Amino acid sequence: MSGYTGVTRADLEHMLAAIGVDSVEELFDSIPAGVRLRRPIDLPPGQPEQDVYAELRRLAERNVSAEEEITFLGAGMYDHYVPSIVDMLMSRSEFLTPYTPYQPEVSQGGLQVMFEYQTAISELTGLPVSNASVYEGPSAVGAAAYLAKLTNKRPRLLVSRGVHPHSRETLRTLAVGYGTTVQEIALDDGVTDRDALRDELDDDVGAVVLQQPNFLGAVEDVASIATAAHEDGALVICSADPLTLGVLEAPGNQGVDVCVGEGQSLGNRLDFGGPSFGFFAATDAHLRRMPGRIAGETTDVDGRRGFVLTLQTREQHIRRERATSNICTSQALNALGGVVYLSWLGRQGIVEIGELMLQRTHYARETLSELDGVHKLHDRPVVREFALRLDAPVQRVLDRCAAAGINAGYALGRSYEEYDDGLLVAITEQRTRADIDRLAAVLGEAVTAERRTSAKVAV
Amino acid sequence: MSEAVGTPQQRERATTIYEKGAPGRRAFVAPALDVPQVDGLIPRALRRAEPPKLPEATEPEIVRHYVNLSKRNFDLDSGFYPLGSCTMKHNPRLHERVAALPGHARLHPLQDPRRAQGALELMFELQQALAEIAGLPHVSLQPSAGSHGELAGVLLTRAYHADRGEQRTKVLTPDSAHGTNPATVTMAGYEVVKVELDADGGVDLDDLRDKTDDQVACLMLTNPSTLGLFEPNIEEIAAIVHGAGATLYYDGANLNAIMGYSRPGDMGFDIVHFNLHKTFTQPHGGGGPGAGPIAVSDRIEPFLPRPQVVRRAPTNGGPPTFELDEDRPKSIGKLRGFQGNYGVFVRTYAYIRSLGAEGLQDVSEVAVLNANYLLARLRERVGDRLPLAFGERCMHEFVLTGAPLKKELGVRTLDLAKRLLDHGMHPPTVYFPLVVDEALLIEPTETETRETLDAFVDAIAAIVAEAQTDPQMARNAPYTTPVRRLDEAGAAKRPRVREIL
Repeated sequence: MSGYTGVTRADLEHMLAAIGVDSVEELFDSIPAGVRLRRPIDLPPGQPEQDVYAELRRLAERNVSAEEEITFLGAGMYDHYVPSIVDMLMSRSEFLTPYTPYQPEVSQGGLQVMFEYQTAISELTGLPVSNASVYEGPSAVGAAAYLAKLTNKRPRLLVSRGVHPHSRETLRTLAVGYGTTVQEIALDDGVTDRDALRDELDDDVGAVVLQQPNFLGAVEDVASIATAAHEDGALVICSADPLTLGVLEAPGNQGVDVCVGEGQSLGNRLDFGGPSFGFFAATDAHLRRMPGRIAGETTDVDGRRGFVLTLQTREQHIRRERATSNICTSQALNALGGVVYLSWLGRQGIVEIGELMLQRTHYARETLSELDGVHKLHDRPVVREFALRLDAPVQRVLDRCAAAGINAGYALGRSYEEYDDGLLVAITEQRTRADIDRLAAVLGEAVTAERRTSAKVAV
Repeated sequence: MSEAVGTPQQRERATTIYEKGAPGRRAFVAPALDVPQVDGLIPRALRRAEPPKLPEATEPEIVRHYVNLSKRNFDLDSGFYPLGSCTMKHNPRLHERVAALPGHARLHPLQDPRRAQGALELMFELQQALAEIAGLPHVSLQPSAGSHGELAGVLLTRAYHADRGEQRTKVLTPDSAHGTNPATVTMAGYEVVKVELDADGGVDLDDLRDKTDDQVACLMLTNPSTLGLFEPNIEEIAAIVHGAGATLYYDGANLNAIMGYSRPGDMGFDIVHFNLHKTFTQPHGGGGPGAGPIAVSDRIEPFLPRPQVVRRAPTNGGPPTFELDEDRPKSIGKLRGFQGNYGVFVRTYAYIRSLGAEGLQDVSEVAVLNANYLLARLRERVGDRLPLAFGERCMHEFVLTGAPLKKELGVRTLDLAKRLLDHGMHPPTVYFPLVVDEALLIEPTETETRETLDAFVDAIAAIVAEAQTDPQMARNAPYTTPVRRLDEAGAAKRPRVREIL
């Protein structure tokens, strides 16, 4: 008997008698002798709650979190402030502990949250239909490519090299399964090379995938890429950073057919990469090919307004091998965090936070690129993140900054061999001008010191 | 509808957050602009002209709205939730506390691994623990949910065969499989071939032999099955499948039944997925998050997703360090961003530490005891109307058929489920598995007490008794929920999937 189970001796006798067996072991008689585990599970004994807490705290203390350094690390997940009401609402039993709303009469809260969430994502992306969430950003890109495959059956997929490396790798992993080849389109001065794209476009291309802003922080001219793709009948899939969509044009207004993305920046924690949520929005034409749950409005027998999971004939539990996706459990609680965050941010706030990031990012980019040995990697407009080139070994510079309490960003060489000298710097509303000035001082010193070191080595 | 009838919740019209608030209201207060303002940073053509129409409401309005919405949900913390195949066990609050520690919650996924040693140690230890529970030596934590783990598993199978120079075309699944199995097979580019069940609800061995040829890549199996039965011929099944060179995939949805008694690896499975949101009590969140780690045998290991968490013993005898190994040339690649749903791993790790080896075995023992007790009590009280579909006993869950209730009293399983809502309990899974007519799949889990199980039996018995005299009551149920039966057909015919603003 643990603290989570409660069979007393009296219970056990009563229950075994009702069943008509003499022991619990007898209930496992149907397990053949040849496949039985004939020893205890080899794991440490259980511990009281306070000891487990201490162990998990010990592990937490071996990590350097955004609480303990000034961080400019982004590259797909960002250290935004999570308002207290998000924590409070996400931890309410009524949202935390139910299953997927299979019984709508007792799930109106969760279903209405999905409906409100879908509305918010539809507004942000400028596309009429949204599902109730997918796992996270890169797998959402993969799911969008699968929708393209279902739509036009074409065998090639073009993906901009400005798309997050994890998204591109996820695309390749999944495309092996459904037999699509994935081809990358190079970048030119920080954005997708339109000439290279046009050269590759043909009537066998099912979709063009791009990211806004792209991995180097650059704002893409989505509309012109969409126009080119549509000329050859390809779908346009855009992975967007939702928190920039107060200041950047809505993908739906730029000809994008499917807009997906990572939802973490909307009120979700970093959590070392998850759980967060992925969003998935599309034009009306794709409503019946969408993956995942979709909440819809309806009425009950007395005429009351209510909500249900709808268009379920797309889904695996009804359509089985002919389903449009295999997704079942996704990220409903994280999507709740997303819609609460967007409600908190509000109609003015989504613009204000975008504008604040835009101004501080510009300030940071100009300040840092004035340092000796630090240059802009590209000159394109940026909103919340930008790429630099350093005249010094990037990892060694990052180590020096870390020693001074600054996480200066992401070494682009970790995923781009062509940008071995690149540093990607992210700005959120939590990084003040003072933080940026401190980064400039620390980064400048680190680059200077490393240039001196490498100069010595060269001599 | 008369305004005077119904519960207070029923009388209140549902309004969305978009209908609340007023122009100009807000909750967010922006930090001051502390850098020089520069205009024109985004060219006009790329700049948004019309801001998205998000709500305009104050913090108190938002809080009241969502708290009131929450009260329109039934949840596990409030009552019994015997949803079969979903393992709705108690969610310890310790897990929420430790997952929220800033060292976990505010840790960036791309933090330098040297400064994320606690997280990597936790993931490594969890990999080891799950490997021991599965009886398979290698674990990838990356998949985000069970179906994502299935997709990983079938792609691993494809990579394994391709590495041997084989292009197989078919995957076998039994009739009783979860819908995610066949859907996954299609996404991975294979053809689904269904295997029949025998009269006892197990895999029909003759049919399996007939269908297993050199084009079969894999058999996906849930054991215990979705009928709540341990597959008695599992050794023979494994021999047939392996004899044809195919892999054996274990859908871990029902792992809660066998911990400490048997392990998928010992049954001959090559690939297993775990549902950490089932067996290992990650809260379901109204439809996620979950996590679907996979455990695999040696022959599948080279193909595991990138990155893997590895432990390195230093040469100088110091403490071990933990790293993310991306250098896996035969890997199928990534299935998602970053390292997986780490917050779920923290909760699972806390759970395994809390229970230990004995506690995990206790989980399965009590889960099976509770299910069999509930089954015995239901058979005694309503066995003629709701008989057990297969066999005499069960593992951690069981399937009743409502066919007699429907035939004799005109009350369908759906009606029974809806009437249960008026008794303050969540219904079992209904109309699944598909092989059982008017199915009710009931999984009480180990964290429910005998008193709760007895109360459920009383509720079911009361509904069946009521149906004998007044079947209309069930047919029109529920009566006490925030809304009553909803027009699902109408919702699908004329989809309204967002608020029009």
